Amino acid sequence: MPAVTETRETVGKLAKSSYEWGFETDIEMDIAPKGLNEETVRLISERKGEPQWMLDWRLKAFRAWLEMEEPTWAHIHHPPIDYQDAHYFAQPKKKPGPKSLEEVDPELLKTYAKLGIPLHEQALLAGVEGAEERLPVAVDAVFDSVSVATTFRKTLAEAGVIFCPISDAIREYPELVRKYLGTVVPAGDNFFAALNSAVFTDGSFVYIPEGVRCPMELSTYFRINARNTGQFERTLIIAEDRATVSYLEGCTAPQRDENQLHAAVVELIAMEDASIKYSTVQNWYPGDDEGRGGIYNFVTKRGICRGARSKISWTQVETGSAITWKYPSCVLAGEGSVGEFYSVAVTNNHQQADTGTKMIHLAPNTRSTIIAKTISAGHSDSTYRGLVRMQPKARNARNFTQCDSLLIGDQCGAHTVPYIESRNMTARVEHEATTSKISEDQLFYCRSRGLSEEDAVGLIVNGFCREVLKELPMEFAVEAQKLLQISLEGSVG
Amino acid sequence: MTQNAAPALEAFVARAAGHGAALAETGLPTRRVEAWRYTPLRSIADTAWQKAAPLTTETATALLERLVLPETGARVVYGNGELLDALSALPEAVRQASENVSTLKGVFSATLNTALGERGLDIRVPAGTDAGLLTLVSLSDGQDVSTHLQHRIVLEDGASLTLYDVSAGEGRYIANPRFDIVVGKGATLRHVKVQRESLTGTHLAIVSADVAEKGEYDSFTLNQGSSLARHEAVVTLGAPHAMAHVNGVQIVDGQRLNDLTSMIHHAAPDGSSRQTVKTVLSEAGQGVFQGKILVDRVAQKTDGYQMNQALLLSERAQINSKPELEIYADDVKCSHGATVGALDDEQLFYLRSRGIPEAEARDILVRAFLIDALDLVADEGLRDLLLRSMTS
Repeated sequence: MPAVTETRETVGKLAKSSYEWGFETDIEMDIAPKGLNEETVRLISERKGEPQWMLDWRLKAFRAWLEMEEPTWAHIHHPPIDYQDAHYFAQPKKKPGPKSLEEVDPELLKTYAKLGIPLHEQALLAGVEGAEERLPVAVDAVFDSVSVATTFRKTLAEAGVIFCPISDAIREYPELVRKYLGTVVPAGDNFFAALNSAVFTDGSFVYIPEGVRCPMELSTYFRINARNTGQFERTLIIAEDRATVSYLEGCTAPQRDENQLHAAVVELIAMEDASIKYSTVQNWYPGDDEGRGGIYNFVTKRGICRGARSKISWTQVETGSAITWKYPSCVLAGEGSVGEFYSVAVTNNHQQADTGTKMIHLAPNTRSTIIAKTISAGHSDSTYRGLVRMQPKARNARNFTQCDSLLIGDQCGAHTVPYIESRNMTARVEHEATTSKISEDQLFYCRSRGLSEEDAVGLIVNGFCREVLKELPMEFAVEAQKLLQISLEGSVG
Repeated sequence: MTQNAAPALEAFVARAAGHGAALAETGLPTRRVEAWRYTPLRSIADTAWQKAAPLTTETATALLERLVLPETGARVVYGNGELLDALSALPEAVRQASENVSTLKGVFSATLNTALGERGLDIRVPAGTDAGLLTLVSLSDGQDVSTHLQHRIVLEDGASLTLYDVSAGEGRYIANPRFDIVVGKGATLRHVKVQRESLTGTHLAIVSADVAEKGEYDSFTLNQGSSLARHEAVVTLGAPHAMAHVNGVQIVDGQRLNDLTSMIHHAAPDGSSRQTVKTVLSEAGQGVFQGKILVDRVAQKTDGYQMNQALLLSERAQINSKPELEIYADDVKCSHGATVGALDDEQLFYLRSRGIPEAEARDILVRAFLIDALDLVADEGLRDLLLRSMTS
């Protein structure tokens, strides 16, 4: 069939299209020696000017990590990771704030420009004095493990919202951090979470006080920038009673040769009637067409709906990384609370993704929805792995799960591994999954209306993902569609 | 990972004499072994299971009288792992098989059976022959004993056979039967199984079926007895246009656990597989369904469908379900669905409002829930038998 051949060809071309955002910025770095031991942990804590309790917490996590084994149950393969062969701390050298954009390191500005950050936002990010201006999106750029600058702090502060690097929060709001850190993802939760707890260098802290609707979308750009530095981000978001927040996380990374480990932890806490929406567009370097050099993305993301009628919604578009190991989850502990998971995962070349969610229903009348779309092309393997658990107290709880996989080419794999556990007779769980290739009928229909093969595939893939893409905030939906185009259509179109 | 110090394992290895090495190495799987995460074998770990004493014809006859069995066709009866000649006759068309067929690696029930195997059915249905109905009854009776029957069934090209496979018994024992099945080109094996072991018994069955071109392995399993039961089927569609049905019903009450685990391996193009499994749980019953469909890269045009549904009738009942798709071919149509829930209040109300008492209304709805799966047994006579044995 010519259509199939063409699709294969276009996917083949994709393998050759180089990583669009593969660039590296040369900025002076303060780097810790390679290796991981108690001294590394102490050094990180000391450089961050952390209080004793924080160091103790890290050391406890580190000792727990030493006793743990790397998990092997995921449908992924990679050479053993040498945890001693990496730098665990890298920080851009501090200079006094520049007076104008001309004084800002041009390399940094170039990076911003490639990321498409508008000029006035660049000034803010670079810490140019007096550059503050009202804008609808707050950006906390995590630039190689340390937030270079945080924008809009003042505007947010007026609403009572705290949005700052977590290391600042540890110094400035120790009582809040101490109260919540590790309550959703305990330090010893799993191998990668324990590692993160021991050596995390930065990340964001968000606190929305009672009754406050966060006046703007909060967003972060993650970049992995210095050669051989692992990225261990830690994000903690707390929404008090009746608070609402939408948080966006987007990432691109420079092209490089060595595999890089990224083990982030994200914790969300929603109190009574609170709502947290967490959106991710992940486009880290996936490796070359042989699968060399891409990012290992081993992430633990979990939210707890503590209060009644609270809501946590995860939306993710995963197109990057050599390996993705990620299960954003919801613990539904508050009566009538709601958990949602919307996901698009695209793999190509030799990428591997094992991703999904866990919905743990603890309380009555809790509801969860899972919509997962998986697209595999090239030699890639993509797995949806999800758990829905109805505990004995989850009276009248509901879950609906839909997993659809699309295969492009005959060298890839798509897998679905749902776990359904129910201990309450009144709880209702529905799960459906399908696997197919792009329908010849749909392709033919589009082609007969004059669309090129590439555009047709792009259109169909976008349609396939529509249910998820529409959950993304506006700013992200555009970027996400572009990413899908680059990941598949890019070569396809 | 394993309970290597378990008395059960020591006893098994000692009984296996020279054949126990693989078993000793594997050990008894714990819940940390993915395939056994929902079905813990703790209840058998502390007993040194011994070989069962031969069963007298009288005892066997008494056990047989309690069962609902076909009145036509041939019947073969095994008691505590031995053929009871006086009660058995093979269908005329059937020959003794001579060759060893498949070997399953890495499946605990199979490893245990290999180590301790007792000779069971060893039959071959000649090409183009319909051997009709064969009833296979496996009886167990004893305390802390185990049986490990090995059955081999070969259907030559174009042959067909209906196997009505019943396990039952009295006492506390492990029944660990294994079926190695070869379905030849265009051949059809209908395998209807009724597991009604003693409520203190353990049933660990493993079926391995290899299906050739246009062959069909059509199975239905009623899992209803045992304190702990797993029926595990590994079906390989190794040639084009092969077909598998792996259907079943599980009815679990008391403190019991019944498990239906299957792997349907599409290893050739144009194969199709269908699976409908329904589980009804009451009291503190636990149900497990693990169904995997594996589609190899070469198995283009595979059509796979799987549905599993559980009905929870009690606050203490529990279901663990893991339908799994592992797909490496792009031109396929595979889907699965799963639902878990209670009886529908509106349906119950409808029946009550028409004057049907609550208990009866519930029965009607439970039966309606199961009927989709039961209807997949094509033979009406066998379907009636199944219904009768479900309620007996």
